[in-house]
Amino acid sequence: MSALQRSTAKRDAGIDRVSRLLTLPSLAIIFVFGILPLVIMLVYSFLKPAAYGGVEWEFSTEAYVSFFFTQDIFDETLTFNPDYLSIYLRSFVFAVGTMIACLLLGFPTAYFIATRPAHQRQWWLLLVTIPFWSNLLIRTVAIMLIIRDEGLVNHWLINLGVIDRPIVMLYTNFAIVLGLFYSFFPFMVLPLYTSLEKLDFRLVEAGFDLYATRGRVLRRIIIPLAKPGIVAGCLLVFIPALGAYVTPLILGGGTHLMIGDLIAQQFGSSRNWPLGAAQALILMSGVLVALFFYARNTAGKGVGHGR
Amino acid sequence: MTRTILATTAIWTLITAPALAAGELHIYNWGDYTSPKLIEKFEKEFDVKVTLDSYDSNETMLAKVRAGNSGFDIVVPSDYTVKVMIDEGLLEETKPNEMANFKHMIPKFVDVYWDPGRNYTVPWQFGLTTYAVNTDKYKGPMDSISLLFAPPEELKGRINVLDDMNSLIHAAERFVGVDRCTSNKEDLKKVNDALLAAKPYWRTMSYDTITKITSGDVDVTQTWNGAAYRMRQQIPAIKFAMTKEVMEGWMDNVSVLKGAANVENAKLFQNFIMAPENAALISEFAGYDNGIEGSKAFLPPEFASAPEINMPEGATSEFVPPCPKEVVEIYNKIWTNLKK
Repeated sequence: MSALQRSTAKRDAGIDRVSRLLTLPSLAIIFVFGILPLVIMLVYSFLKPAAYGGVEWEFSTEAYVSFFFTQDIFDETLTFNPDYLSIYLRSFVFAVGTMIACLLLGFPTAYFIATRPAHQRQWWLLLVTIPFWSNLLIRTVAIMLIIRDEGLVNHWLINLGVIDRPIVMLYTNFAIVLGLFYSFFPFMVLPLYTSLEKLDFRLVEAGFDLYATRGRVLRRIIIPLAKPGIVAGCLLVFIPALGAYVTPLILGGGTHLMIGDLIAQQFGSSRNWPLGAAQALILMSGVLVALFFYARNTAGKGVGHGR
Repeated sequence: MTRTILATTAIWTLITAPALAAGELHIYNWGDYTSPKLIEKFEKEFDVKVTLDSYDSNETMLAKVRAGNSGFDIVVPSDYTVKVMIDEGLLEETKPNEMANFKHMIPKFVDVYWDPGRNYTVPWQFGLTTYAVNTDKYKGPMDSISLLFAPPEELKGRINVLDDMNSLIHAAERFVGVDRCTSNKEDLKKVNDALLAAKPYWRTMSYDTITKITSGDVDVTQTWNGAAYRMRQQIPAIKFAMTKEVMEGWMDNVSVLKGAANVENAKLFQNFIMAPENAALISEFAGYDNGIEGSKAFLPPEFASAPEINMPEGATSEFVPPCPKEVVEIYNKIWTNLKK
């Protein structure tokens, strides 16, 4: 062990200490803005609601019990309560529908961009991201103007003589999924594009050389290679769509609650903060389960083809 | 470099300069509700710099005030929220009833349940919540709240109701003829059934009532009288319904927060808006009546005689206090079930 080695070791330890110190600000930020609010939510979800909002410092599991069970309003028996779960289920179905629509249209789009000459691709990508330059609320209201009874689409169709009375599109489930699809489409295209851009097209040619049909090449070569992009895109669309608040409220007409509205309501007119906290935590644990499957998926099969 | 510093200093001076006025006043009011003319006049008269921020519901405002250090001096809560805030000790007892302009307050608004004798608050504006009809599209009778719950065939699917638990459930209570905030299970069951039966007739549930009816999305919308007044400016055929059932009344009130930094200026403001010519400015801007005697003399005649503002002979209205917690719990269940 020479003096030189010893001094490097010392210096490494020093750098180590410095780098640990340098991570402190980011750790503090994670703690103050990430973990601390979660702890507050967790604590609040086990308290009792105060009369006009806020909490009373008294332990209670009421929030979680009332999420699944209800004392019947009219005969006071404790029964299973499907109301909240059916609201979660509706949000889930809309999120899955949005994800599938984004995938079905996003995959060809991304494939198209990835197969353009290199100098053109950035322009196509730019086109995909342009809508993001304006505010989500404005884009949503724009959709509303287009599909309302006296809106652009119905106006054209009636003028062309295709229909004689307006098709009802606004304030339906179709409008909600359309709005969600439009808002989250780029979140699907961009990760898909990164995957497809790296795709080695010699493998595709090899497949054709071996007399594989087009469908077989797609199924056995392209899709497996694009899988990390598909999984990432699906998660990036699914998770925000699940908690979407403004889009369903505006385009759905507000007659049906989504998870976001339900939670907001507990902190507003329902004056039940513990229930709102519990609902948010239940939603979060659902998202965590989805992420867990994602992690398992990418860690397992995802890397196999890379090398 | 020097130039940058100079520029920064100049900008900074510009930003902070108004603070050199004799004082400040921070007002937190509902959005699109505060007359700029009123604020300007107050600033000139008392050499006070006013800043204005806005909220969209009592609950939003309450959450911010509860969190503490909001920095606001004045808030404008509705009737039942004033009661909550006084009960929780959030408001400063400014004694408007000892102020010079108190004599202008219409006597029936002095002994209100949320602030008996007016020890804390001053009326800002008040109004009614029933519904408005586009009479180009529907020409039938519109004298009962039942139009929202049992509409004729032509109006089914052409109705917007407020996305507001209290207003809608209270409307249903009036429709089936039971007490407000009733805890009687049989009565609540009737209310629940009426709401569930009516839901398929409602196209939307939204606060955005003016756009909903003026865009042609619906022909009938539950709404407030001032909003109906504004609708009529756009489509003259839109009429506000004065129902034979008792109508829901509400009043927003200028209140001073406990521990506010500018209590004296806030008191000046409370007194200021009780002067008829100033109260008239409030109404002129937002379209609601204001609770101050003699203010109509300062308003254009078409406003003072507007059908939305003037209740017909025999019509009645009521202010509904906040329901007890047990009742709100049941309301929540009814509401969640309605919107699931």
